[in-house]
Amino acid sequence: MNRKEVVSLKNVSLKYYSLEGETPAVNDISLSVKEGEFIGIVGPSGCGKTTILSLIAGLIKPTKGQVLVDGKLVEGPSTDVGYMLQQDHLFEWRTILQNVLLGLEIHGKVNQESRAKAERLLETYGLGEFKNHYPDQLSGGMRQRAALIRTLAVDPKMLLLDEPFSALDYQTRLAISDEVSTIIRKEGKTALLVTHDISEAISMSDKVIVLTKRPATIKSIHEIRLTCEKDNPISRRQAPEFREYFNTIWKELEVHVQ
Amino acid sequence: MFNRNKIKAASKEHAMYIAKIKRKKLFIRLTQISILILFIILWELAARFKIIDAFITSQPTRIVNTLVNLHEEGTLWMHISISIIETIVGFILGTALGTAIAIVLWWSDFIAKVADPYLVVLNSLPKVALGPIIIVWIGAGPFAIITMALLVSLIVTIITVLNGFLDVSPDKIKLLKTFGATKLQILKKVILPASIPTIIAALKINVGMSWVGVIVGEFLVSKAGLGHLIVYGGQVFKLDLVMTSVFILSIAAALMYQFTTWLEKKLIKWHN
Ligand SMILES: Nc1ncnc2c1ncn2[C@@H]1O[C@H](COP(=O)(O)OP(=O)(O)OP(=O)(O)O)[C@@H](O)[C@H]1O
Ligand SMILES: [Mg+2]
Repeated sequence: MNRKEVVSLKNVSLKYYSLEGETPAVNDISLSVKEGEFIGIVGPSGCGKTTILSLIAGLIKPTKGQVLVDGKLVEGPSTDVGYMLQQDHLFEWRTILQNVLLGLEIHGKVNQESRAKAERLLETYGLGEFKNHYPDQLSGGMRQRAALIRTLAVDPKMLLLDEPFSALDYQTRLAISDEVSTIIRKEGKTALLVTHDISEAISMSDKVIVLTKRPATIKSIHEIRLTCEKDNPISRRQAPEFREYFNTIWKELEVHVQ
Repeated sequence: MFNRNKIKAASKEHAMYIAKIKRKKLFIRLTQISILILFIILWELAARFKIIDAFITSQPTRIVNTLVNLHEEGTLWMHISISIIETIVGFILGTALGTAIAIVLWWSDFIAKVADPYLVVLNSLPKVALGPIIIVWIGAGPFAIITMALLVSLIVTIITVLNGFLDVSPDKIKLLKTFGATKLQILKKVILPASIPTIIAALKINVGMSWVGVIVGEFLVSKAGLGHLIVYGGQVFKLDLVMTSVFILSIAAALMYQFTTWLEKKLIKWHN
């Protein structure tokens, strides 16, 4: 497999500074994400997962090392990277369509074509009839889907998902993670998913990266190969190897709880 | 206050539920009105039967007479409109200028930190104490009164609106930053729209504040307006005039408050 490298971290370290001292959050991480890959990142809480995503998104600069997206050094936020946060953060004063157009507005790229594309995305993923509704009127799962479409509307090469389902109840969470992963694969996007939920990581990703506790370093990387008929998270959960992966990763994480 | 929305009942039970809620609302409204009427009747009777001295307490029929007289003299509307205009200009200026200054303070953390102690002191200072200074500087006229109304509402508006700005969820801002938004875009796309409820809340408070400023201002300087009528009435011991002015004042203030409530409904249509 000789696919293009979309994201590459080279010996990246990050420290947060405050008057009280410095907090090393990420320590010497190197990783590379190839085009079309779906990568899951799990790690103990507070270990620096969000920090890694913020680095890739260009929201913060590494203290040491280099972050490259599409071969270029990251200088700041760019349209190449779409970021989906833990909560949907749909703006309650905007309709769903207006929310979806937010990113395009910021780039000054709202025109007939981009608008039509946004509407088509809403249509394709079952939100067409809700485009003129306000977020209040949608269920949690639908809101999260709208948030994903908002991210996709600017057509990023790479998607960063920071525990995007943790605010949802278990049932919705299963259903929406299935949908989201289907949408992302269908749109041919590369994705990096941060989650607390080991099953979620295994069921959605091609590769799961396990981080150590803070400052985060890579503890291990697991290629996920599951034998199942359909390649969507819900059927992947039924695969015989699923439990094995789960137990291995769970043990690796458990060590840090003590 | 009155909810004129027609609500469709989903079932017989729902219809009964709606009817019950409506009955309760109606009962509350009727009780409120009855208390007012009862109060007016008791006041009138007490004055008629000399239980209270109508010379110092006035009485409803005297108030009506005073209203009619003022109207026939042709000065009633002049006094009312002067006070109302001063108040409206005061609270609009207070809200607009306060919001503008809050934007500056939001924009520059440095200016905000520098201004902080001054704001705290100015906020706790009773602005009425500045009345004589304003008169000396601006002159005894409507501008002094408007300045008074503005001063009373300005500082509290700055503080309220700035807190509203700072309350906007950092994740909403982060979301915009991931799209590469500039500071101006963050202000326009999230800070201001998210703070509309706060700004309207400030506007509502400012209606009351401006009335305080205007009445105090008119006490101090004016030759016209409701505040002037109240002071004048007190000086010549015409309590009828004082009571009448207070009565008009409460109606005008209530109407303005209603207006802001209406505005709130118009602007915040995403709230249901
Ligand atoms: N802006 C900041 N300034 C200082 N310290 C910070 C900042 N952001 C995060 N930290 C600290 O850095 C560490 C890593 O934070 P980060 O949010 O990346 O962890 P996380 O793995 O995403 O945590 P969680 O599991 O809670 O989502 C934490 O200890 C946190 O307190
Ligand atoms: Mg996090």
